[in-house]
Amino acid sequence: MTALITKPNIADADGFYARLLAAHRGMTEAESHAMNARLVLVLANHIGKAEVLDAALSLARDGV
Amino acid sequence: MAYEYRPFDYVAPAGLTTPEPRHKVVIVGAGPIGLGMAIELANHGVQAVVLDDNNVVSMGSRAICWSKRSLEILDRLGVGEQSVTKGVTWQVGRTFHRDAEVFNFDLLPEDGHKMPAFVNLQQYYVEEYLAERAMALGIELRWKNKVVAVDRRSDHAVLTVETPDGAYEVQADWVIACDGARSPVRGMLGLDFEGELFEERFLIADIQMQADFPSERWFWFEPGFHNGQSALLHKQPDNIYRIDLQLGWDTDPEVEKLPERVIPRIEKVVGHRDFTLDWTSIYTFQCRRLRSFVHGPVLFVGDSAHIVSPFGARGGNGGLQDVDALGWRLAVVVKGTQDPDILAGYDRERLHGADENLLNSSRSTRFMSPEPGVERLFRDAVLHLAGRADFARPMVNSGRLSRPCVYPLTSPDADLPAVSRPGAVAPDAPLADGWLLNALGGGFVVLALGQAAPNVAGARGLQPDINNHLQSRYLGAKDRAIYLIRPDQVVAARWVTAGADDVEAAMATAWRAA
Repeated sequence: MTALITKPNIADADGFYARLLAAHRGMTEAESHAMNARLVLVLANHIGKAEVLDAALSLARDGV
Repeated sequence: MAYEYRPFDYVAPAGLTTPEPRHKVVIVGAGPIGLGMAIELANHGVQAVVLDDNNVVSMGSRAICWSKRSLEILDRLGVGEQSVTKGVTWQVGRTFHRDAEVFNFDLLPEDGHKMPAFVNLQQYYVEEYLAERAMALGIELRWKNKVVAVDRRSDHAVLTVETPDGAYEVQADWVIACDGARSPVRGMLGLDFEGELFEERFLIADIQMQADFPSERWFWFEPGFHNGQSALLHKQPDNIYRIDLQLGWDTDPEVEKLPERVIPRIEKVVGHRDFTLDWTSIYTFQCRRLRSFVHGPVLFVGDSAHIVSPFGARGGNGGLQDVDALGWRLAVVVKGTQDPDILAGYDRERLHGADENLLNSSRSTRFMSPEPGVERLFRDAVLHLAGRADFARPMVNSGRLSRPCVYPLTSPDADLPAVSRPGAVAPDAPLADGWLLNALGGGFVVLALGQAAPNVAGARGLQPDINNHLQSRYLGAKDRAIYLIRPDQVVAARWVTAGADDVEAAMATAWRAA
């Protein structure tokens, strides 16, 4: 059983955050939403494990 | 050549002049499911009477994709080889986004099966073959006999039937409603038909043309020729092609059906005007079912019991699997050797099958016709990625084609191949003198491999020589096995070795369908 990693796991978090914003630069809001949707699918496939994905969906939905 | 419709003869039924004795089984509807049901019961020694409000086969091609399992069932009913010979055999489906192929599937990548993965054949041919077969078996088909009232009693039902010569009453211990998606019988009983209606319309057209499109299923998302909507092209016999075009919900179905609207749309698909329009229809997507398929003496089979949106070929094929599940059970109830409560097994197993079909159809429908907003966002994300990354390709959903479900049986099992586990349809395999499924026939069979079959009352022993296909589908790493196979060719239980007591106990359980 693999658990969802919720402790810091990206070496340069500030750098990743900046690259995420940079990747969206110049897009309309609709284009950004579309890119985010694709990004979710790409990352979800990389993770693969149903229990990790389910935990990620719950965490992302929490508080809505 | 367009199909030539030949009306069946209406004969004034006996009941118009003198009351008929109560029938064992009356089937309402002479479509593929009603006719198939009548033949299946006749194979089990029960003569049913079939009533139909019309006197011709299906108007328009309607159900065209017959799955391997359906062909195996049709084979047992006596029309399988004829259907394959006339039909267009196919197993590859290709899905395009705009002009690029983004996904393809091969439905039967292995050999050693009598029947192909799929055959396309217009419903009118299947009905014609089944009607001829039924008549050859002496089954009474009453054309232009329209059921207008159903009265359920404790142990039988009374039908009021209108004919060109007036109305009469028919009594039957069992009434099987095979009267289709709009089932008048279901309506007369006031039963709820629960589920979803999707706000989507498709135009369906059959055209006749000379062309050399391959025998494959081609599906397009957002093709250039159809303004951002979906389209399907599929080949049938007689140079007839099926074309399905998504129309959206804001269209007027009566207007869209007009030839002056249809012809220019099809011209864009095939790139020319050299075709004739054979048949058109408009449909909406619906996924609904009855809460139960058994209502006292009235049983529901096929579209009257459950309807799904069409892109998985799960309507007609699901209906034939209902026939498969009901025939052997109802026959022994009619003969009095089992109690009527064994029909709960039909209900339980086919509700399971219907739910699997509904689940797959709902998912395909959501992908083809997403709601505006986030559903649309993710659908488009998958299509965008499918041309760029392998992982997204199997997410492209233009219909998941019908496969028989595996019933959740809790019966003896052993460390043998998964493909032939209890609840699954016994996989076909070649034998020295034919095919395994033909050799199984329609009774209980004890299939013994690498050993003698124990002698069990009510079951026939079968001991074929082991070949590579039997080894891989029934033995795996083992050198022997015993399989108990039900009359519907579903594996009931299996052991590496078993005695007569084990098999008898499993057979008693199989009637109860645990």
